[in-house]
Order: sequence, then C-alpha cells, then structure tokens
Amino acid sequence: MQSRERMNKRATNAVALTVIWMAAIATVAALGTILVYVFVNGIGQITPSFIFTWPHGVNMEGGIWPTIQATVYVTGLSMLITTPIAVLAAVYLAEYAVQGRLVSTIRFAADSLASVPSIVMGLFGLAAFVEGMGMRLSVLAAALALSFLLLPIIVRTTEEAIRAVPKYIRWGSYGLGASKWQTVSRIVLPSAMPRITTGVILAAGRAMGETAVVIYTMGTMINGPVSPLDPGRTMPVHLMLMAQEGINMPGAYGTALLLVLLVLGFNLTARYIGRRNRRMQG
Amino acid sequence: MSDKLPSHVVTPGAGPAYDHGDKFKVEKLDFFYGGFNALTDISVSIKRHAVTAFIGPSGCGKSTFLRCLNRMNDLIPGTRVEGRITLDDHDVYGSGVDPVDLRRRVGMIFQQPNPFPMSIYDNVAYGPKLHGVRKKSELDAIVEESLKRANVWKEVKDILSRGGLTLSGGQQQRLCIARVLAVEPEVLLMDEPCSAIDPTSVQKIEDLMAELKDRITIVIVTHNMQQAARVSDYTAFFLQEVAGEPAHLVEYDRTASLFTTPKDRRTEDYITGRFG
Repeated sequence: MQSRERMNKRATNAVALTVIWMAAIATVAALGTILVYVFVNGIGQITPSFIFTWPHGVNMEGGIWPTIQATVYVTGLSMLITTPIAVLAAVYLAEYAVQGRLVSTIRFAADSLASVPSIVMGLFGLAAFVEGMGMRLSVLAAALALSFLLLPIIVRTTEEAIRAVPKYIRWGSYGLGASKWQTVSRIVLPSAMPRITTGVILAAGRAMGETAVVIYTMGTMINGPVSPLDPGRTMPVHLMLMAQEGINMPGAYGTALLLVLLVLGFNLTARYIGRRNRRMQG
Repeated sequence: MSDKLPSHVVTPGAGPAYDHGDKFKVEKLDFFYGGFNALTDISVSIKRHAVTAFIGPSGCGKSTFLRCLNRMNDLIPGTRVEGRITLDDHDVYGSGVDPVDLRRRVGMIFQQPNPFPMSIYDNVAYGPKLHGVRKKSELDAIVEESLKRANVWKEVKDILSRGGLTLSGGQQQRLCIARVLAVEPEVLLMDEPCSAIDPTSVQKIEDLMAELKDRITIVIVTHNMQQAARVSDYTAFFLQEVAGEPAHLVEYDRTASLFTTPKDRRTEDYITGRFG
C-alpha cells in the first residue's frame, strides 16, 4: 500500500517533469527553428555588396543599403525623442507623484497604449503627423508614431528600474542633507541606469523591427533619407514588399537575417550591460 | 541659553564630566503612523557631547523616536508628530525649518550599511559636493580626514577608487559613518549600527564613538544592553507595555545609574533579562 503510494508520487513527479521539459524544449526549439531557417536561407545573400550597395532593377537585385540607413535613422530619431520624455515621466511617476488613483490611471493608460495594435498606431500616425501636421511621409512622422509605441514600454521599464533602487540607499542620501532632486539625479538614476539602458535598448530593438507603423508614416520609397522630412523604406518594409510580391525571395531572406542579427545584437548588448553592472556592484 | 526645564522633562542626574548642556529637548512628544499612536508623552533632554543610548525590546518605538530627531519620518507618508522637539533651542518642526538642512546638521547611520553604488572616495565626497565643495584638494582632505575619524582609513587608503559595495559589511558601515562625518554634522543618530556586522568592526565603531563625542553629540539605538552600557553616558529605556498601545519612555538616567540602580521595576526586569 505504502509502496504503491510512493510509486504514484514518483510517477506523477516524472510526468510533471517531462511535461515541463517538453514545454521548455518547445520554447527553445521555436526560437532555434526560426533562427536556423532564416540563417540557412539568408546566409548566402550576406555579402559586403548586399549590405553596402543600393538595390536596382524591378526585382530589387543588388544590395539593401538605403533600407539599413532608413531603419537606423528612424529608430535613432525615435529613441532620441522618446527616451528623455519617457525617463522623466517615469521619474515623476515613481518619485514625485502622490501614489493614488491618478497615478494608477496613468499607469493603466500607459499599459493600454502599449497594447494598441501597431497597425492602428500607423493609421493614427498617418492621420496625425503625415496629414494633420503636414509632415508628409517622412522619417520624422514615423519616428513620432513609433514614439507612441515605445513611450509606454520605456516608461514602465524605467519606472520599475527606479523602484528597484533600495529605499535605504535613498535614505542614506537624505540623511546627508540631500534634497529630493539631488537624491534622484545623483543616486537613484545612476543606480537605476543599467536597467534603464537595458529597457531602452530592448525598445530600440522593437522599433527596428516595426513594420505597420512605418509603412503608413514614411512610405516605401528607396531613397536613403537624409533630412528628417525625407520619406524612406526600412528593412522590414523592404522585406515585406519583396516577399509579398515574390519578386526576390533570396533578397527577402538576406534582409530578414540582417534584421534578426541586428535585433539579436541589441538584445545581447542589453544583457551584457545588465550583467556587467551586476558584477560591478556585487 | 539653557532655560530652566519644565518639570515634566526628565533630566538625568548631571555629572560635571559630561554635562555640556542640552542639545535636544523633547517635550510631550506623540507620534502617529496614520491613526496608530506609536509613541506617547516622550519628554527627554539629550546632552551635548555625550553618547545617549535608547534601549528597549523590539517594536518599542526607539527607532521611530530617533527618526523624529532629524525628521526622517517625514519621508514616510501618513506620519504625524505632536509635541515639541528643539535643537539648540530652535523648534525642529518649526515652520521655517528646512528638513534638508536639518539632516545635514543631524546625520544618520542605519542598521543596514548603505553605501552608494560608487567608489569609496565618491561615497565620502558626495555630501561635501552636495553642499558646494568643489576643489579637488579640499575634497581629498575631507575624504581622508573623515575616513580616519571613522576608523576605516587604514583599510581603504589604497583602494579609494574601488566600489564601496566591494567592502565587507563592517567596513561598509564605517564608510557610511565617514560619509556622514564628511558633512560635519553636530549630531550623529545611529540606528542599531552594529547589528548587521562583524565583531571587529563593532569594536572599531565603539572606539570611534568615544573619540567622536568631543565634537559631536551621539544618539544610538541598540538592542544590545552590553553595548549600551559600554558606549553610552546616558540611557533611555523605552517600552510598549500593551500591544496596540503607544510606547513610552520608562526611565532615563546616567548609564551608570540606570544599569546599577534602576528606579523603575520594569527597567530592572528588562536589564536583568527577565523579558525582551
């Protein structure tokens, strides 16, 4: 009787462990499959001339340089606009706002904003910036529309980073006669900076891969934008158009691989910063 | 300046060796966390250039009372103080008092060592920089002097650029003391500074307290009665007698008298280990 019970326990344990293992393997396998698939199909394309020359002909043969340029441009500009606003908003929410209904409403609004489908954000960008404010299809309009997408993400990660700074470290600063702003700017923000940076970098990766927002706000023109008011075609948009019309599948895979590598690079950088910092403080 | 104290203020038997007058005078203090009355009717005078220890069982409000002295409780929402605390005869909770300025004069050490995540040097230089010291040579001198006074200079003088968090717990606590000393406080409040650190560092901290009191008034909250007996000139015994009721000050006297001839039965029971 007793041994059967023990047997049952052991059996349930084994089953649970197997299920958990399988779930874990499925997760890793999904990522692995995508990476391998993109890698196998795209690696043949990746040459210096693919990266650094312009596409030509009706089938977009040749390189994708202007789309890389447009992607980096719009992502950079968007981060430049979003990061200071988001960080200051997060400082306000975490440090200054009286915690209560107003703040939870703001937080709820931010969460909702983060979950708005990006295609809707693209449509909004088209109406508000491209047409409403007369920016036309431009890097600036796309950067602003992307900002709406990134703002809540960075606000939330920054707020969490600030809240993670232990109370007793702040008290140490107050105990020396520091004002609130001195404490926030010299102790809290520097302590939270690695986590904030991680959040910002992850958001940049998100912006880089965004398609729906930018196609409505900066168009599809292959031009290598210089002025923020120029239109442009980003890598995801280029990929989409090539694959959708089936005109240049190898080019699409090559672009996909480059894009994945870029985003992966961003994520690894974020991880590295997080780790290095833990070591330094530990 | 020292006026005659109102009769309800408990004045310890003053001896010529310690008595440099009152640094703090507390009259009929009540403290509230929201609706909860945590401390009631505390009246006490804290002697200048002496070490005063607050003892009592956990939850008796001694740390709360300590934080009233530099208005650290202001940082906890929903707290309220009634009664009067004066520092050099000026009302600490008066309308013209900037708590930021008060906390520079009344520094604080916490139970958990809390160095900032920056270098040892920058930790100590942080306070002086806040208050406008810019010159490198001046800062260097302050940093060295403060670390020496905090009994930690010998251990860190060659690693000043290393992160403060790389030190041992006891060294971190002494670094925090140096950090406070660097802003030249008149009073040092220590909230169980030795409960989380190694015995060697405890010894060094007790030594430095004795050295510091020439220039500074020290108030220490401690669980450790032997420590209170070793380091303090005056001792105050706090007690919360019934859970949910406010804590109060049972007895306050010269340390030697309180530990040898306590006047109150409850004090005697506590120091002889009958409860707490």
